[in-house]
Amino acid sequence: MEQIKEKIPAIKMEHIVKKFGNFAANDDINLEVKAGEIHALLGENGAGKSTLMNILSGLLQPTSGEIFLRGKKVKIKNPAAASKLGIGMVHQHFMLIDAFTVTENIMLGAEKTKGASLDIETAKKEIQALVDKYKLKVNPDALITDISVGQQQRVEILKTLYRKADILIFDEPTAVLTTQEIQELIATMKNLAAEGKAIILITHKLEEIRQAADRVTVIRSGKSLETFNAKNVSAITLAEKMVGRKVSFTTEKKAAKTGKDILKINDLVVKDAENVTKVDHLSLDIRAGEIIGIAGIDGNGQTELVQTVTGLTHSQSGEIILDGKNITNKTPRKIIKAGTSHIPEDRLRHGLEINMPLADNMVIENFYEKPYARMGILQGKAIADHAKKLIKQFDVKMTSIDEPAGSLSGGNQQKAVVARELSRDSKLIVAAQPTRGLDVGAIEYIHKQLIKQRDLGKAVMLISFELDEILDLADRIAVISSGKIIGVVNTKDTTKEELGLMMTGVGLKSARKELEASKNKNKAGVK
Amino acid sequence: MQSRNNKTIIAICSVVFGLIAGAIIMLFFGYNPFSGYGSLISTAFGTPQNIGEIFSQMTPLILTGLSFLIAQQAGFFNIGMSGQLFGAWVGSVWFALTFPHLPDFLIIIGATTFGVVIGAISGFIPGYLRARFGASEVIITIMMNYVILYLGNDAITAVFPNSIKQTVDSSNQVGNHGGIGLKWLSDLTNQSSISAGIFIALITTLLIWFVMKKTTLGFSIDAVGKNADAAKYAGINEKATQIWAMTLSGALSGLGGVTEGLGHYGNVFVQNSTPETGFNGMAVALLGSGSFIGVILAAALFSALTVGGAGMPNISGVPTELVAIVIALIIFFVGTGYLIDLMIEKIKSADQASSNKGKGPGAGKQQQKKISKKEQKELEA
Ligand SMILES: Nc1ncnc2c1ncn2[C@@H]1O[C@H](COP(=O)(O)OP(=O)(O)OP(=O)(O)O)[C@@H](O)[C@H]1O
Ligand SMILES: [Mg+2]
Repeated sequence: MEQIKEKIPAIKMEHIVKKFGNFAANDDINLEVKAGEIHALLGENGAGKSTLMNILSGLLQPTSGEIFLRGKKVKIKNPAAASKLGIGMVHQHFMLIDAFTVTENIMLGAEKTKGASLDIETAKKEIQALVDKYKLKVNPDALITDISVGQQQRVEILKTLYRKADILIFDEPTAVLTTQEIQELIATMKNLAAEGKAIILITHKLEEIRQAADRVTVIRSGKSLETFNAKNVSAITLAEKMVGRKVSFTTEKKAAKTGKDILKINDLVVKDAENVTKVDHLSLDIRAGEIIGIAGIDGNGQTELVQTVTGLTHSQSGEIILDGKNITNKTPRKIIKAGTSHIPEDRLRHGLEINMPLADNMVIENFYEKPYARMGILQGKAIADHAKKLIKQFDVKMTSIDEPAGSLSGGNQQKAVVARELSRDSKLIVAAQPTRGLDVGAIEYIHKQLIKQRDLGKAVMLISFELDEILDLADRIAVISSGKIIGVVNTKDTTKEELGLMMTGVGLKSARKELEASKNKNKAGVK
Repeated sequence: MQSRNNKTIIAICSVVFGLIAGAIIMLFFGYNPFSGYGSLISTAFGTPQNIGEIFSQMTPLILTGLSFLIAQQAGFFNIGMSGQLFGAWVGSVWFALTFPHLPDFLIIIGATTFGVVIGAISGFIPGYLRARFGASEVIITIMMNYVILYLGNDAITAVFPNSIKQTVDSSNQVGNHGGIGLKWLSDLTNQSSISAGIFIALITTLLIWFVMKKTTLGFSIDAVGKNADAAKYAGINEKATQIWAMTLSGALSGLGGVTEGLGHYGNVFVQNSTPETGFNGMAVALLGSGSFIGVILAAALFSALTVGGAGMPNISGVPTELVAIVIALIIFFVGTGYLIDLMIEKIKSADQASSNKGKGPGAGKQQQKKISKKEQKELEA
């Protein structure tokens, strides 16, 4: 950006070291962020990005190193101090209270009072003003439970703005957003930067860095390597810099050798607690040795479909057959034993017991079976050996298998879940957003693993909001909209545009017609 | 997140603060805290009989402490320990007095089983209602305390035949037929109420520790208590596990009641309210901060305070109620452990700062001042 007025950087972090025991999560990091710029942090899972930002926002204390804000040396003792210094953080996992309204959540900790009582009205007015100014569409009176993830994130942003932050940290903000919401978020960040705020953006998506960031600093194994101008550095350079080796962006795969039907879903109907139909007479078959991608806009029944197949929710009618066995409305344990692996969409809610040791997490589905238990008694050594094996095989970075799973970095938590699920030798693998929050190297690795499972003759059901991922991996793509399968297409016969149209509920035939027509129109226009 | 270490420190600090606050209260009311606490200690540990009494009172406290702990691990707040204990107490004494002709060991086994089953059922009911209907176990267990209190009292006054009663509202002593008193122990402690119950409690603690840490049931309870959604996802039957945990919790409180009936008191009598021991188990578990050794130590401390407190009025004139206040304050400090936690973190970060002070020339004087103050404190201590 040319119009950066101040020469003194808004933030300067020098020689930051943060040790957990003997392990240095940050090992001499230097970072400089100017006012008015969007500065991206890029690094592998476990490189130390969140740790560095937690230091800046006062959640952690550095073991050594110095922080300067606008040229002045500061010590950030706790989040309240950070907030006073104008630093606000939008965490990857939101810190909102579900039963409170948007306004109450934003006020919390920075309450306005009138006499002895809260002055909610004034606060609401101020929040509305912020909403209007930054076009952060959200209703100040809504309860958090009732609003979408994208809106919850806006509440988090409003929270920092309400506290008059001029340094904003976004830790993997786009991982949970739809494509549309990501574009809106980028626009918001640019607005904020144009106002002179300093913005730090952590993301694993190189495309977002290219679109949004001014500069990007690469971090590897706790060390800051280099800062690039984001506009004239290639994605390939960045990826290589960050992992320290060549990365391939497309996954190679042989033609699928499909076998018999593994999963048959017939006429499935699932309603939620309020009796709203979420899965609407859905039928789908998946064969051994193929990956089926389920493409669709968030909230069109994908979650309910997955939860019903895995036994977490019950269906109202229809049936699900796994390799000839009826598993409709069976318990999760029966379905797991019948041969299902499930990489859940929400790893913190379903995938992991974050307060239990990592080793226990790696056997959470079969801890009661040999060799992990004999006659009801846990075999600590077998459990530990299993965890060590998986961690090595899947390159999960962590300090010790006895540490709680919650101490792993976000991406490594995901890798641990994937490792556990793929190691169980199931017939069906249900993978919901399997690469959410992973770095490019890890994504490449997981994609290879999924293809390997396919080549081993497993049936893979891949649910992803990222069309590129589906196009890359799937052999066939089933488009879901309003709980129905709109159409099933072979990946090699379809395009992003066609899928995009179908995702809005347009049938395959009409989608093809419509695209044909617009192509002709374009041609005519060019002439 | 609080680390195990911090929790232990919080527990110790709470006890110290509780005692200090007790001393301040004594001062305030014109008593000498040194002679107050002096008389407490000399009473508690002064005679073999009182030492025996401490062990005797510890017994049900350990068991109800464990009971609370297990329920808590599964995500339950069991306030029904008091009723579970009383029900089992009545049941075990009834059994022992009703079948006096059986061989002694069969009476003990039968009475214990009967009592434990009563406790287990009283734990199962709130567990089942919560798992099946989402009913609040807090409300259910509080109500069940009343139900069991009146049923138990009614059983003693109206159901127990006169042949097994001393008075209208108390039963005969079980004596040698079913009693778990040990002659050598009571001889050693000058005929205190100590019984084999203390060994039962200690062995049970070991057993429960094993179940919780080393078995698949313990694993399931832990997983469900920490994150029921993740447990369900992993195929653990979260409802069945919750019911098991509450049943086990009730059984432990029941065992506490059995030791009261066959050991400590040797009989059962009508109560005005469900026994306090049940509620004190909660305090024991809280102070024990979730650890098994912690439960034993906390039970020992509370018993010593109670037994010692009884001697205070005669020797130093301090009323026994002071002990109740001190115990309440200790629990208060554990409850507000957050504050102590904060202090620990402060001290830790000051430590860290002091170990890096060489780094920056600007790190300067302010820190040094802090450190010297801290060092002074340490010297004083
Ligand atoms: N409280 C903790 N105790 C022990 N180790 C920790 C703790 N917090 C983080 N770590 C370790 O520090 C390393 C860096 O973690 P951090 O969360 O900063 O990574 P990250 O760069 O944000 O990764 P990701 O992209 O996966 O989110 C990881 O290896 C992690 O296991
Ligand atoms: Mg992170």
